[in-house]
Amino acid sequence: MSATTSTASPARPSGRAQTFQQRLRAGDDLAYLLTLLAASTIVLITGMLVLKLYQNSAVSRHEFGWKFLTTTTWDPVAGQFGALPFIYGTVVTSALALLIAIPLGVGAAIFLAELAPPRISSGLTFLIELLAAVPSVIFGMLGFFIMVPALQKLEDPLRAAFGWSPLFKGPFYGVSMLSAGVVLSLMIIPFIISISREVILAVPNDQREAALALGATRWESTWDIVVPFAYKGITGSIFLALARSLGETMAVTMVVGNSPKISTSLFAPGYSIAAVIANEFTEATGDLYLSSLIELGLVLFALTIVINGAARILVAGTSQKGGS
Amino acid sequence: MTRSIIRAVIAAALLASSALAQQILINGTGATFPYPMYSKWFDVYHKKYSNIQINYNSLGSGAGVQQVTAGTVDFGASDMPMTDDELKGFRDKNGYGVLHFPTVMGANVPAYKLPGVSQQLNFTGEALADIFLGKITKWNDPALAKANPGVSLPSTNIVVVHRSDGSGTTFVWTDYLAKVSPEWKTKVGAAKSVNWPVGLGGKGNEGVAGQVQNTPNSLGYIELTYAMQNKIQYGKVKNAAGVFISADLAGVTAAAAGAIKEVPEDFRVSITNAPGKASYPISTFTYLLVPEKFKDPAKKKAITDFLKWMLTEGQTQTEALVYAPLPKAMVTKETKAIAKIQ
Amino acid sequence: MAAQAMSLHSMRRKAVNVVMLSLTGLCTFLATGTLLFILGYLFIHGARSLTWDFFTKLPTPVGETGGGMANAILGSAKLLLLATAIGVPIGFLGGVYLAEFGGNTYAFIIRYVADLLNGVPSIVIGIFAYILIVLPQKHFSTLAGGLALGVMMIPIAIRSSEEFLRSVPLALREGAMALGASKSKSILTVVIPAAKSGIITGIMLNLARVAGETAPLLFTSSNNRFWSPGYEQPTAALPVMIYTYATAPYEDWHQQAWSAGFVLLTLVLAVNIVARFILSRQAHVPR
Repeated sequence: MSATTSTASPARPSGRAQTFQQRLRAGDDLAYLLTLLAASTIVLITGMLVLKLYQNSAVSRHEFGWKFLTTTTWDPVAGQFGALPFIYGTVVTSALALLIAIPLGVGAAIFLAELAPPRISSGLTFLIELLAAVPSVIFGMLGFFIMVPALQKLEDPLRAAFGWSPLFKGPFYGVSMLSAGVVLSLMIIPFIISISREVILAVPNDQREAALALGATRWESTWDIVVPFAYKGITGSIFLALARSLGETMAVTMVVGNSPKISTSLFAPGYSIAAVIANEFTEATGDLYLSSLIELGLVLFALTIVINGAARILVAGTSQKGGS
Repeated sequence: MTRSIIRAVIAAALLASSALAQQILINGTGATFPYPMYSKWFDVYHKKYSNIQINYNSLGSGAGVQQVTAGTVDFGASDMPMTDDELKGFRDKNGYGVLHFPTVMGANVPAYKLPGVSQQLNFTGEALADIFLGKITKWNDPALAKANPGVSLPSTNIVVVHRSDGSGTTFVWTDYLAKVSPEWKTKVGAAKSVNWPVGLGGKGNEGVAGQVQNTPNSLGYIELTYAMQNKIQYGKVKNAAGVFISADLAGVTAAAAGAIKEVPEDFRVSITNAPGKASYPISTFTYLLVPEKFKDPAKKKAITDFLKWMLTEGQTQTEALVYAPLPKAMVTKETKAIAKIQ
Repeated sequence: MAAQAMSLHSMRRKAVNVVMLSLTGLCTFLATGTLLFILGYLFIHGARSLTWDFFTKLPTPVGETGGGMANAILGSAKLLLLATAIGVPIGFLGGVYLAEFGGNTYAFIIRYVADLLNGVPSIVIGIFAYILIVLPQKHFSTLAGGLALGVMMIPIAIRSSEEFLRSVPLALREGAMALGASKSKSILTVVIPAAKSGIITGIMLNLARVAGETAPLLFTSSNNRFWSPGYEQPTAALPVMIYTYATAPYEDWHQQAWSAGFVLLTLVLAVNIVARFILSRQAHVPR
């Protein structure tokens, strides 16, 4: 269809021009409606998701109420279902993952943003961002075949160093919350590095120059001036990484030991919400069992929404700040 | 240009999928215990009748019961016969009943990985119960040492491995433990899924076997074939007559002979801790769970044909995979029961 | 005196400087090193285990060697085709809406909901597809699996389409309008072609992301030892096979799991590298 420019601004258009203009307007309306419909599908789907989760967990919600979140028994035979062991396992493995990933990640981000020559920095960042694309099941496989035996070899040094604390007591079987935490940390480090590096790079140079001009060392300028400036974005990246690790299923279920028990020791096997759903969903006999698993899904959903929401606010805050 | 390529690809994909439309595709889910046998059977059967494809997903007996009840698969499989509640649940949901068809018999063995110990260990029922209760924690515990004179057992901790999913194998194991240990019976009980006092969870017989394989000093329970195919050590178990028996076809067949006086009408029976000197105490039948009614006559015919094949030719192939064939009396009764499927 | 104290202090500061900066280098080395090591292990081990059978044969009975994952490769392809058919049109058109007609409150809501959906763990989306399709249909199917993956693709598709469309300079749009094109025509003939490479790379990255998803497939498309015709039967898929085989005790299955991991990872990384390469070559037109 060729654009006829001669009919640009008719006051009283002739018959043919009017239909043409009507066709133009119809095209506009059509485009608007079509794209609006598509965009609204997202709202529809998400709404249906929440609704279905809510509806299909009704049986267990009515049976257990809020106690579901605080009960520690998970006994399909007796019909007693409590979410606490899984919430605990999810939180502990993610917390451990963050504990490892934050110092390593932020440290690496600082190095890449401040110290590394630009070519090395972008090259390494490219590699690291690629690593963020590695599927979860592959991390699970690598965790199961490489990390777990490696950690088994590290058991004695760990026990020697930290055996006094309740965190490293008890027998170690390889599959444990420790292994899950380590594997998770590897999975979330790329996010922390990539985003933190970007926000650190976005800090205006005059901040650094001012600090250096006042006699600060490179480190002091970075740690005391630049990083606080980028604080919001870094924290946002941490929240995003946390949200990601909370929902991780395959990597966790292959190395965590799949045991619905609460234990203070990281050497002990554990369970996470996503892992128990993956393991038991296909065999949940009876409405109460299935409903409890779906309710667990609802809990996980709520958790990730909250964390993601916090992350978005923090990251959005920084991108509006310094120029980009 | 790209658009027409995309169109061509989609058309080809759709064509390819419709070309296979004359096939009869049957889906089943269930026990991992007989999976080596079933995967062999369905493969052989497909080679024989290439238009019939029976796809079996080994997800555990719990999944078998759940999915055949929900109707998301055409048949289920379970080592544990469905309970009265489960049968009622099926009937309530579907309006008709479900039938049990025993297929083979197998042995549940205590498999372990004990570096440095090459002899086959002896386990009493009580010792196994105490290990799984968490009361016996070390390999060189006096109870184990007593049953294994002359074997130098290490002082390491026993890593207990159990099933994390709903499992008929678990039922057979816990059924046996409940029979030999009153404490187990009251504290934990027998079911597809129990509140394990100790241990790690593995998914399916495959997962437990994999876990035992990877974890030194571990002890789990798996079907004999898994232990043999993967060269995993397994122990002898003391039977009701006081003899330590290593699981094999003869032991399983003897257990069935010793336990069953009369084949029950619905085939639901437990043969653990069977009397008899040669009986292997942790033996079991495993069942296909077939709904009484099928909407699709082609599927119904395919399944009934397979059942007939399974009871005749199939039974000749079990020993190669170390599963025991069914007793003759049972085969006769089952053949008659096939007529119940509509 | 004061000069001495100051030089001691500054020596300390210099020492801290060197130590901390080296520590950050160490962090980088540890982070990248560990990741590269384990991936390198996968590549080497996986490449070694790769056989021609892997690509051409169906799985053999349990315990027998010599099987392959031909059906899983096709299954994954079909799932991704379906996911694209669901995710891309909705995501792309939605992105057009946000970029061209957005700016009001409703657009804000849509963006918020898209981010919300993006954060939903993949297993929860699997539950959704199970309730929506598997339960009413009473069987597992490629359709259910494809829907789950498609729903996962939508939020990223919508946001990345919006971004690439937005990045088309205002000058181009205004030029089109000045020539008399209607809004819809200018979008169709000017804006979209200008953002084309970005949108396509966005789709590629999105696909690579869902190609590795396992959890939502576990109870939607389930698994299949045979070829799965059409879209109404359960199907094998690469990630699910990796999970099943890796956790089993059979050594032959482990080899196949390494091969599958290698194939999957190579495809995912190749797509990512190509996509990023295309993106980085795009000329940055000033707004």
